[in-house]
Amino acid sequence: MALTKQEEAVRVGKRRTTNRIYHVLFFLSTVIGMIALALLIFDVARKGLGYLDWQFLTSKSSRIPGKAGIITALAGTLWLMMIVTPLTFIIGVSTAIYLEEYAKNTWFSRLIQTNISNLAGVPSIVYGLLGLTIFVRFLHLDRSILAGALTMTLLVLPIIIVASQEAIKAVPMNLRHASFALGGNRWTTVVRVVLPSAMPGILTGAILSLSRAIGETAPLILIGAASYIAFMPNSIFDPFTVMPIQIFNWSNQPKEEFKSIAAAGIILLLLLLLSMNALAIYLRNKYQRK
Amino acid sequence: MNQTNSKVNLKKKKSLFSLDFLMPKLLAFFAGISVLTTVGIVAILLTESAGFFREVPVWDFLTGTRWEPLFANPSFGVLPLISGTLMITLIASIVALPIGLGSAIYLSEYAPNRVRAVIKPVLEILAGVPTIVYGFFALTFVTPILQAILPQTEIFNALSAGIVVGIMIIPMISSLSEDAMASVPASLRNGAYALGSTKLETSIKIVVPAALSGIIASFVLGLSRAVGETMIVTLAAGLKPSMSLNPLDSVETLTAYIVSVASGDVRQGSVEYSTIYAVGLTLFVITLVMNIIAGYISRKFREVY
Repeated sequence: MALTKQEEAVRVGKRRTTNRIYHVLFFLSTVIGMIALALLIFDVARKGLGYLDWQFLTSKSSRIPGKAGIITALAGTLWLMMIVTPLTFIIGVSTAIYLEEYAKNTWFSRLIQTNISNLAGVPSIVYGLLGLTIFVRFLHLDRSILAGALTMTLLVLPIIIVASQEAIKAVPMNLRHASFALGGNRWTTVVRVVLPSAMPGILTGAILSLSRAIGETAPLILIGAASYIAFMPNSIFDPFTVMPIQIFNWSNQPKEEFKSIAAAGIILLLLLLLSMNALAIYLRNKYQRK
Repeated sequence: MNQTNSKVNLKKKKSLFSLDFLMPKLLAFFAGISVLTTVGIVAILLTESAGFFREVPVWDFLTGTRWEPLFANPSFGVLPLISGTLMITLIASIVALPIGLGSAIYLSEYAPNRVRAVIKPVLEILAGVPTIVYGFFALTFVTPILQAILPQTEIFNALSAGIVVGIMIIPMISSLSEDAMASVPASLRNGAYALGSTKLETSIKIVVPAALSGIIASFVLGLSRAVGETMIVTLAAGLKPSMSLNPLDSVETLTAYIVSVASGDVRQGSVEYSTIYAVGLTLFVITLVMNIIAGYISRKFREVY
């Protein structure tokens, strides 16, 4: 079936045209995500910017739309972070060091490794059930900041563990050998050679896991942070609410005005989270090039 | 797992109180916390649902078509919640699978490096938007648009929530599929080009089939995420358990039911209270099976080049 030159040229032309059409389609599907993000930000800004003022930032939550503010939820989020940050960092980085530097391929480390990848796929609301049962009821922490923080810590641990492992893996072996050659034992090598060199990657993972903890809503609703809180928390045993839950409550209000107040809260939350994520991604890209 | 590392012999006497002796023990203890988490989740779901399944036979729970736990004459058939969950997941997959795969092909095969450098971080930032924000977006932006086009759309409906859940899982599917395609050796692509293929033919006939296991695994993982999604469906899909197959109706998912009970006032120890553990167990089993399948597919069918 030899084709004439002309038929051949037509066929190639068709294939090239198809290729161009799909090129555009593939590009469009990539852009859809961005358009969605742009629409989302535009929509929230249009509804919420008018309500985002000093009064909103400094008022407690209120049943009257004109008086409602986010300060109690903001305080709750900050309290939560004060506990979650050190806990996730210590437990997460310790786990990563143990898996990468000490336990190479024992049954225990394989068990932990499989376990971490499975935990990453557990729906967040299931962590809420875990927190409700163990921290709220069994340990009698009730609906306190501590109970919420412990629940969130367990939820975001897989993120920081995996990121720290990647960072530690990327430390060149000859650095370790140099340390051993100078008479360092394994622990001094980890502390003075491996960790400093892996720190940017670990920090990236820490920021990402924190931003996840700030944005998660469902687990905290389960441990009872959804109630109406009209005072500032003063200790880790106080009841509390956090920004995403406050936004959820406002979104559920029948009064239309509360939707705009929810949007104002979202602007604040997104500013916080997107800048954290951007920082993490920037850090990672900066150190990856080395 | 570097071979040379294990050959380093540390012939130093370790005193019982040296950091080098104590620290690994401490680190192992912290590493054990993740195992305890899993054990805790499984144990809690099983023991707390046991009370519920003493009152309600498992068979009735799994095959019942009415979910009315708070009625005077309660009925505990979980199928309406499962059908609501599947409806959302189905709509999300119609949105996310083609778009996710398309954008993965673009980023992996077509995009010039300069464009990639801009797009990838944006997609990653998109992945960091909390689900409550997506839920608000579904309720106050997508639903009104749907209502303008299709007047019979209810305020809370499966379609709006499903579309937005789809948007939410696009970045995940896109980046996992792209990783799978990036690991296809360049020699295969070059072979296709040498035979005169266009970029499209190379992508569709060579790269995608070679990376198929990774791509399908990313689909399954993405859908597992959709099944476990909570805030979008709670805000936008409503709280009305129904077996309706009409996407414009309100449905209730497994996750939304758990939230609705937890944010209400239900007495501890009552049967209603133990329903959230039974529903949580159902959710946990479904997502676990999906995650295991995804892992199996990506291990088992990995192309050996």
